[in-house]
Amino acid sequence: MLKTTTTIVAFIILAFSVFLFFAGHNNPGGGFIGGLMTAAALLLLYVAFDVKTIKRVLPFNYTTMIAVGMLIAAGTGIASMLGGFPFLTQFDKYVTFPILGKVHLTTALPFDLGVYLVVVGVALLSILTIAEDDA
Amino acid sequence: MNNIVILPILLPLIVGVVLLLFAKNLKVQRVISGVTAFALLGLSLYIAHIVYYDGIHTLALGNWQAPFGIVLVADLLAALMVILTSIVGLACLFFAFQTLSEERQKGYFYPFYFFLLTGVNGAFLTGDLFNLFVFFEVMLISSYILIVHGGTKYQLRESLKYVLINIFASGLFIVGVAYIYGVTGTLNMADLSVKVAELEQQGILNVIAILFLIVFGMKGALFPLYFWLPKSYYGPPAAIAALFGGLLTKVGIYAIFRTFTLIFYHDPGFTHNIILFLAGATMFFGVLGAVSQFDFKRILSFHIISQVGYMVMGLGIFTPLAIAGAIYYIAHHIIVKAALFLFAGATQKVTGTTDLKKMGGLLKTHPYLGWLFFIAAISLAGIPPLSGFFSKFALLLAGIQEGRYFIVVVALVVGLLTLFSMMKIFIYAFWGEQKLTDEEAKKRPVGKLLLPIAPLVLLSIALGLAAEPIFQFSLVVAEQILDPSIYINSVLNKE
Repeated sequence: MLKTTTTIVAFIILAFSVFLFFAGHNNPGGGFIGGLMTAAALLLLYVAFDVKTIKRVLPFNYTTMIAVGMLIAAGTGIASMLGGFPFLTQFDKYVTFPILGKVHLTTALPFDLGVYLVVVGVALLSILTIAEDDA
Repeated sequence: MNNIVILPILLPLIVGVVLLLFAKNLKVQRVISGVTAFALLGLSLYIAHIVYYDGIHTLALGNWQAPFGIVLVADLLAALMVILTSIVGLACLFFAFQTLSEERQKGYFYPFYFFLLTGVNGAFLTGDLFNLFVFFEVMLISSYILIVHGGTKYQLRESLKYVLINIFASGLFIVGVAYIYGVTGTLNMADLSVKVAELEQQGILNVIAILFLIVFGMKGALFPLYFWLPKSYYGPPAAIAALFGGLLTKVGIYAIFRTFTLIFYHDPGFTHNIILFLAGATMFFGVLGAVSQFDFKRILSFHIISQVGYMVMGLGIFTPLAIAGAIYYIAHHIIVKAALFLFAGATQKVTGTTDLKKMGGLLKTHPYLGWLFFIAAISLAGIPPLSGFFSKFALLLAGIQEGRYFIVVVALVVGLLTLFSMMKIFIYAFWGEQKLTDEEAKKRPVGKLLLPIAPLVLLSIALGLAAEPIFQFSLVVAEQILDPSIYINSVLNKE
């Protein structure tokens, strides 16, 4: 029962967390809350099944995830430096795509992606470290 | 548009993150961190060079101009502190290479080392009060990890106290920021300076000033908020203790200097007299603690407290000469204190203890260690050819000129007691009966351990011999920070 419900609910939560992540520019949401929500969905999987099974399904190294997230966030700042602007200058542009229509692209999004990855990594790394601590 | 200003913050951050990826590969970690530490030193010297010749450099992050965005400001004081940070960071890093056990080095030591440097450099370079808080937290969270790193029982117990006291201080910091935002409506330091000068609400501004003094005094170990320091700094290995002893309290002192020369100079009769009283009490009680101890590291920890008092005394007297003396003293203290903590580590490596009563006769078996320590010790106490003398002399001279005789007497007595306790270390550890047998002494050479320490001692001698140009430089720095309009104009672009 728990496992069946989890498999359905986890995907709804994951979808909602991605929605929150993309909504952040114009509505409440963003990298932090989206990351926490993703972490909650994954945590639900860890609780319903056991740590070993999920580790086989999702072979993420969360330490690497934190490092990559921080590099992406810092990288958006460095990219604007390379363009001759001050660190962390943001750029945005309206681009028309064939199917999606007019989309507002910003460099704040990759920065948020970095925040998202760090939040997911930190939340799960702390919880799993405590869970696996037998000593 | 001076992106160079952010590099001392960005470089250690990126390197720290990259080192997270190579946590288990010791060789890669050491090479990367060693190269970075040298690069940071070169970078900070270059920044100081351009700041000295072209004036204050500012960087509006994200191209949002002050006071709306966050600005980074490299003035002479900040540039000097960044240089000192990279010098101490370099020496302690190379000491850590040789002394830390492999297990500790693999436990993410180097990433957090660089995150700490990120926080310290950020706190020196920022021009925004809340951003200062964020960099304080970056520094403190890294220091929590480094202070408990290794996880011995003593470290666990003392780091709990350290974490508690600092979380409380950070909470007060937020409250202070909230109050001053409520009163002035801005958080940019230059803009705050303008607003505080315009407002006629001395009462509440004095309250906020004292709140900030309490917060930074807790971080910088001022009387009566220094009680956490000696025990927390006793726990971690010498390389980390030296970095903390050299840098962390000085970030608090820098913040006091910054806030009380730039923002809260509206009523010096009230605030700066309190600072002067605290300085005297800090000096005196700190050195009393040092005199009472019989442990190498604990004596040094108590000395940090008493010397923080000298720096704040310069601010309390509040004349160009006194501020210049205090700045000279900060430079001298950071270098010598880091060196002394590294000496404590080297001595511990040789004798296996930090208890002075169990040591003896090291001068016969390890003469270089002994004499280099002697130079650093008398430099700390303020003996004429060395750097400690000229900085204290300037402070005393300024005190006499302003008629603050009481604090001058306290400073002289404290100097004497400092000399006494340093000589106590020298007599117990290096003179007297040889406690190690000849074979034991031969098995435990100090050799390479002196390599990171000797440059610090040489630098201290150079600071003393070149007192004239360095004092001129300190005076230039002092004049710059005593005239807030220079800072305000360069941040807010009011030519």
